Amino acid sequence: MESLYTLIEMVVKNIVVVLVLMGCVAYTTLLERKLLGRLQVRLGPNRVGPFGLLQPIADGVKSFFKEDIIPDEADKTLYVLAPGISLFAALSMFAVIPFGDTVTFLGRQIKLVVADLDTGLLYLLALATLGEYGVVLGGWASGNKYGVLGALRAAAQMISYEVALGLAVIGTIILAGSLNLRDIVSAQEGMWFVIKYPAGFLFYLVAGLAEINRTPFDMPESESELACGFNIEYSSMKFATFMIAEYAHMFTIAAIVTTLFLGGWMGPWLPGPIWFLIKVFCVIFFFIWERGTYPRLRYDHIMQFGWKVLLPLTLLNVVVTAALVAMGVL
Amino acid sequence: MIGIGIGFKWFIFVVAALVATGSSLMMVTRKNPIHSALWLIVTFFSVAILYVLLNATFIAVAQIMVYAGAIMMLVLFVIMLIHLEWGAQWKRRLSFAKLIGGVVTILLFLQVLAGVFTYSDAGQKGVYSAQKLAEIGNTRAVGTLLYGKYVFAFEIASILLLVGIVGAVLLAKKRKD
Repeated sequence: MESLYTLIEMVVKNIVVVLVLMGCVAYTTLLERKLLGRLQVRLGPNRVGPFGLLQPIADGVKSFFKEDIIPDEADKTLYVLAPGISLFAALSMFAVIPFGDTVTFLGRQIKLVVADLDTGLLYLLALATLGEYGVVLGGWASGNKYGVLGALRAAAQMISYEVALGLAVIGTIILAGSLNLRDIVSAQEGMWFVIKYPAGFLFYLVAGLAEINRTPFDMPESESELACGFNIEYSSMKFATFMIAEYAHMFTIAAIVTTLFLGGWMGPWLPGPIWFLIKVFCVIFFFIWERGTYPRLRYDHIMQFGWKVLLPLTLLNVVVTAALVAMGVL
Repeated sequence: MIGIGIGFKWFIFVVAALVATGSSLMMVTRKNPIHSALWLIVTFFSVAILYVLLNATFIAVAQIMVYAGAIMMLVLFVIMLIHLEWGAQWKRRLSFAKLIGGVVTILLFLQVLAGVFTYSDAGQKGVYSAQKLAEIGNTRAVGTLLYGKYVFAFEIASILLLVGIVGAVLLAKKRKD
């Protein structure tokens, strides 16, 4: 009987998390378009529904009814598989992120996280690399020069920034003494890691932006030189799947920043999940604001910055943080 | 209840082992190198599942992160960069390299086969049982061993990698003259 309850709990948690995540992702696209509009002194979408609130639904319906084209040159299996890989990685990353403390429901203690993994942080890093396969394979399988160029750029960028991303979180692991994300959040009781360890926060934000291919690091799909890059041949729902995966990935990175550095679900008065969502949307607001502010970097500059600046700095950061913790300063 | 658990574990083991064997066969028989690389990723994944079944969560995640993630991405990058997918044609000719490779493979296979039939691990118990791992945490156990008992081997391995990196940089560097 107990195992049956556990099964029901798991299924319900999965469904709720995926639905809420998808809802948030849909409205993040609207938020991005609205905010970018405001940053460029225009209104953004405001025709569909009050304040354009039905725009994401209209977009979804539209892309669902568009013609689905598979190019002749394409590697058919991989071409179909690629958007799925992207979406799978972005969604399953969210499984280990705790969005609240435990709640008691019908006499059962329920942890507000889908999977409470001991190696949660490593799991996140591992799946992040998998998500990039969607982009790389999608670009290659299209059989298009621009697509292949986008795929190559995505692969090179991922290899370069993945290292910095991993090194940036090592400081958090040292401070919290655990890889479990719930333990990391609990370790921030009283003082968030963003105050205690601001360097790691900055490094993670920069490397995270490169990870989700956003401006100023949106090399794989830079419109002005690659005409959309890796997703150039994609149409209809496959294109929409790539878009959903991209925004889900962005939401997940924002959630990881919240968990690792901004105290996760913790906060006064309001319940945990509400605080979690508020913090996540603050980070997403930053991502959009930054996109409206900075121009795209040149490709060789991105590579130089990654290997010659970010990597040595993050390495130094690991040594210094470990020394400070060992001396008892932090 | 325990019976169901063990049965389920056994089921997962059989599926993962079959997928690992099948995908490695697919890997060596594909003509397109990109497809080979992708089947290798599938192999790495199923091996990672086997690690999880052995209570080695850290090794499993490290396997996915390092091999299935970073290294295979590098392999894909190189294949795409030099356009191997259109250039490389499978030649049916028997060459000296293929002969040596075949002989070495057969020898290795015989060695593994002999090992499977003569050596048995059953009944032996190490220091780190499943209960102890759950108590102190998998990552902590690996870390303690790696930086304690095996620190010498660990440092030797890192120096070996460093030599590799220095060599690669030296090769890639332009000559002055």
